[in-house]
Amino acid sequence: MTAIVEARHLQKTYGKIRAVDDVSFEIKAGEIFGLLGPNGAGKTTTIRMLSGLTEPDSGEACVDGCDVVKDSVGAKQRLGVVPESSNLYGELTALENLIYMAQLYGVPKSQWINRAEELLKQFGLYERKDGRFQGFSRGMKRRLTIAAALMHRPRIVFLDEPTTGLDIMSARGLRRTIRELQQSGVSVLLTTHLIQEAEDLCSRIAVIVKGKILLVDTVEGMKQRVKETEILELELEPLNEPLLDALKAAEGVEHITLSNSRLKLYGKTIMRKLPGVIRLIESRQVDIVNIRSVTPSLEDAFVKLTGLEADIMRIDKPLKPPGGDA
Amino acid sequence: MNLSLQRAYYIACKDLKSYYLKPPLISWGLLMPVVFILAFYLRNPQGISEVAPGLIGLTLLFSSTSMAAIVITFEKRINALERLLLAPVSMQTLVLGKAAGSSAFGAVMGAAVLIMGPAVFGLSVSNIVLLLLGLVLSAVVFAFMGLLISVAVREVFEAMTLSNFFRFPMVFLCGVFFPFESLPKILKAVGLFLPLTYSVDLFRFCLLDQRSFLNPYLDVAALTAFCLILFFFINTAFMRRLREQY
Repeated sequence: MTAIVEARHLQKTYGKIRAVDDVSFEIKAGEIFGLLGPNGAGKTTTIRMLSGLTEPDSGEACVDGCDVVKDSVGAKQRLGVVPESSNLYGELTALENLIYMAQLYGVPKSQWINRAEELLKQFGLYERKDGRFQGFSRGMKRRLTIAAALMHRPRIVFLDEPTTGLDIMSARGLRRTIRELQQSGVSVLLTTHLIQEAEDLCSRIAVIVKGKILLVDTVEGMKQRVKETEILELELEPLNEPLLDALKAAEGVEHITLSNSRLKLYGKTIMRKLPGVIRLIESRQVDIVNIRSVTPSLEDAFVKLTGLEADIMRIDKPLKPPGGDA
Repeated sequence: MNLSLQRAYYIACKDLKSYYLKPPLISWGLLMPVVFILAFYLRNPQGISEVAPGLIGLTLLFSSTSMAAIVITFEKRINALERLLLAPVSMQTLVLGKAAGSSAFGAVMGAAVLIMGPAVFGLSVSNIVLLLLGLVLSAVVFAFMGLLISVAVREVFEAMTLSNFFRFPMVFLCGVFFPFESLPKILKAVGLFLPLTYSVDLFRFCLLDQRSFLNPYLDVAALTAFCLILFFFINTAFMRRLREQY
């Protein structure tokens, strides 16, 4: 497959903070490519550089053959971008918003209504086509913002944290829509801090932390990297710091994580060392409520490969208020 | 039509629909000149025609600058400007579109006062072409001024404050309420650097039996020059601001 988006050595610094540091990757035609990282990792800055909104300090990027700096209008014409905030025009109706996007992207006038109505039906908003955007729920706003990005039938769509702030049902519906987009031949660049979302949707994932891409691989490829690692999941009562320190230092334990009172011990020979681990816990007068061996998930791979706690990825970025700074 | 101009036209149409063609805004736009006309008429009914060109200039100035500054600042606040920046629209097209909406609003407000001219002021138009040219050029220059103000501010109230910082001195330095030639030399020199001076002078030429201080063609040339200079500055300032913001 040919690359539809190419980013080479992109770099962006704000003051003393390097938001994006030597980022390079390619997105192949027809794939869903994920940029996975915690909040503040540089995902949005990367997407803004690729969409011509932010000029990189150095490096270059091409979208469907158009350089995003030298021919930013050409690159924007080939893209559909769904920013983090649903920022269509509150005073306009759903239909008017879509027609305005068609006008800005040079869609022939004869297609405005048909295309807009087709998208409104596809996104379940046809009944509300004459409703003003400002009166829509968050999920409806999100769907209309995605529809607006598709008005000119782009070959590639950038989605910046598409499910942030949505309820479970809306988020599931949106993920289904993203899969349908891929099936219709559209390539998708998706930024997310949700490991499960990346695992469910993406063909390939780039893990980005502190502005740097740590690795690019398929979901299976990432899991393969930790397949030799055994994981023991424990629920202990009571759990205390001295015990955690003791477990970290126990034989066979390479790494531990604690999330929602579930303790995970990682190590290549952890199962063989299980009796020793149990003895250690019992010697501290701590009860084992639950114990099981688990297969490494993408989350486990992420934790192992980045050294970050999985919990850091579960922290949602605060939603911007309507008057929030860009 | 050229694709860029077409997109500028759509941006202007969207702004007119979303912001300008609202009853409160139209009535606000007309209220100020009506109040001024009444105030001057009650004070001196015979001399009202002398201030008519100034009142038209004043209406254009306030209508065009206010909304241009507010609309951009408001769209920055709600992130809607980002939507426009993501579209395949060059900075020049964006500036033209935003200025066109605001100038159209200002020109309509100015024209409304102008239409009252024969009935209220007893005026007759000596050169309709120059008058309409003056109306359009002035509306564009003032809209550009509003856009330039919007570059420097973050909040809507800041846009209003900064607009007034420029507008009120212009009211006194540009011959709005008294003839420009009666100003002291030093203030006259300052006034020559302000676009409202040329707008009011051109309107005086067209509406007061060609009694203007400057040559009307110089007024047109000066207003055109202000348009071009401001357009250049806004593009540069917007680009710099966006680099800082994103």
